[in-house]
Amino acid sequence: MVHRLRLLDDAAWVSVNDAREAGAGELWPATDAGVCDCEPAWLVVQAFVEVGVDGRRIDARAAVQCIECGDEGTTNWLPIGRVDSDGFRPWDGLRRPRP
Amino acid sequence: MPTDVENWKDELYGNEIRDHLFEFAEKGWDAIPEDEHDEWFERFKWWGLYHQRKGQESYFMMRIGTPNGVLEPGQLRVVAEIADEYARGPAENPEFGDAYCDWTTRQSIQLHWIKLEDIPDIFEKLENNGLSAQQACGDSWRNIVGCPVAGKDTHEHIDAWPVAEELHETFKGDDDHVNLPRKWKVSVTGCDQGCGQGDINDLAFEPAEKTVDGETKLGFNVRVGGGLARKEPRFARNIDVWVPEERVTDVAGGLSALFRDHGDRDNRFNARIKFLVDEWGPEKVRKTLQDDYVDFELETAGADLRDQYTYNAGTGEHGDHVGVHEQPDGNYYVGLNVLVGRQGVDDVFELADLADEYGSGEVRLTQRQNIIVTDIPEADLDEFLAEDLLDTYEPDPHPFMRGSIACTGTEFCSLSIVETKNRQVRYARWLKDNVDVPDGVEDFHIHLSGCTASCAQPQIADISLRGMKTRKDGEPVEACDIGLGGGLGENPHFAEWVEMRVAADEVPGYIQNLLSVFEENRQGAESFRDFIERHDADDLTGLAEPEETDYEDPYMHNTKMTWYPYAKDDDFDASPAPTDGEGKPIASADD
Repeated sequence: MVHRLRLLDDAAWVSVNDAREAGAGELWPATDAGVCDCEPAWLVVQAFVEVGVDGRRIDARAAVQCIECGDEGTTNWLPIGRVDSDGFRPWDGLRRPRP
Repeated sequence: MPTDVENWKDELYGNEIRDHLFEFAEKGWDAIPEDEHDEWFERFKWWGLYHQRKGQESYFMMRIGTPNGVLEPGQLRVVAEIADEYARGPAENPEFGDAYCDWTTRQSIQLHWIKLEDIPDIFEKLENNGLSAQQACGDSWRNIVGCPVAGKDTHEHIDAWPVAEELHETFKGDDDHVNLPRKWKVSVTGCDQGCGQGDINDLAFEPAEKTVDGETKLGFNVRVGGGLARKEPRFARNIDVWVPEERVTDVAGGLSALFRDHGDRDNRFNARIKFLVDEWGPEKVRKTLQDDYVDFELETAGADLRDQYTYNAGTGEHGDHVGVHEQPDGNYYVGLNVLVGRQGVDDVFELADLADEYGSGEVRLTQRQNIIVTDIPEADLDEFLAEDLLDTYEPDPHPFMRGSIACTGTEFCSLSIVETKNRQVRYARWLKDNVDVPDGVEDFHIHLSGCTASCAQPQIADISLRGMKTRKDGEPVEACDIGLGGGLGENPHFAEWVEMRVAADEVPGYIQNLLSVFEENRQGAESFRDFIERHDADDLTGLAEPEETDYEDPYMHNTKMTWYPYAKDDDFDASPAPTDGEGKPIASADD
């Protein structure tokens, strides 16, 4: 399935098939995000850097800051959600890169 | 590789967007093909329209650019009428009601909850009254800022208002300059106080004297590449150019064209001209301007007036135009403090009446989100100052009220991480009621910006607040990074970021503790800014402790994850958006 993926409004949003699905200000619990050593890290999304798709899973790299340790940086590819026959479903719970 | 935005702009941008916008407006929200939403919303910005954030689909923020903040007689009433009729949303703001006007840090006006279907009528009304939203947003010449009392200022060396007007007339809608790599913010100032804030603009014209062919003339020095966004603040760099008034438009056009041709269109994060100046250096900017973009010999920089700047200089002098001030013609202007720059629409109507009754009807907007009523005869001053409305919008406000600035925040903005306007109102009120103002401090700047875009200009405040998150008692809550000691003046200085991720309800306690430390440890009549500058950055961290007080913050939850932070049921699913031209929810295709 082909999806339209874009970063909008100075990369404040990820648009998936023309709907704003993930945004700056979200707080992600994450592991192996590549930003700090916290387990899990709690990452505030400040802006998105890239968005991509792997099968049904939509991944993004984001400029984040960990609210536990304060480290900031750009994440590895982390999931923002999944697209299935019902449309986009946001990722719930811990986010980790694909193996 | 060019970005999506660049590709969309290549396809269609500038004036011609208007016809499409009006066609969509006539047919209704549903007429915009879903797979074209992103590109049209990007283009609509050029006509001053920002699609509001998630949960508020089909509603727009409209920005009206008022060059130099000047609203001619009658225009304030027009803005109030538009806000009253068209800017009423589906939910009420608990501080400001359900219709209001925002005065911005770039002397513009923002209205919210605008429906697509109403835009042609609004544009007609604006344009019939000499106002416009054209290029108020988007990748082009933005609203031109400057000293808000240009032409009516006893501190003035050159009346910069005609210069700003000419730039506005020349570059609004000019096909050669409509599609720039990124926004282009210009400041023109003719006074000796520095209130044009040229240092934080892409292009600044500042007053300077130059002896040319034996004759000393007044004109402008040129600075390029200032800006605050994205944790990459820069002060505009001196490119060693002086320009007489009659050449300002040529030099401004040359630099705009240089930016158009050499700015980075592959990476929007690197597109502002401040990054080009970083890469090239001021000398190359000057040489390229001379070689390729102007057809006359540029003069070297003249003698500037920066050592006289008092505006936000940390010296205790105001320079912010609040209060009663005499004009050169013997009349007076009165600057009124508008807390966080927002006025309920009934108050705007009343202010328009007062401006008509006591002054010429003209008002002016400042870069500190305030409003000035001009041209009041001396004989009428006392009566004007006794008007009830001035109990709310004071000409002699408390220092914490005077110094408060806030951006739009999560109420409407896609970028913001925290709620701002209502929070800063609550901060200012609590500080006023609970914190002793240090001796001699009459103006204390606290700027709250919801994110690193820095629309509240936090880096040039005494206390800089930038939206963040933290965890408190195990729960994620809204928070602020705190910076200290920023300001402009002869030696501008960005704030030092000293306390990170402070829970939002502990910020007032931190400020209280900090001012107590300042009062105990200042040397003589030392200013707050000098006090901060005297300390090493490392010593500033921990100078005071964040602390819970009896301040209550109703916005600690993640306000971005609501459709509207103040709605009774704020869950995304409770949003009425998108709605039709009557404000009625449009059922989704799945229903």
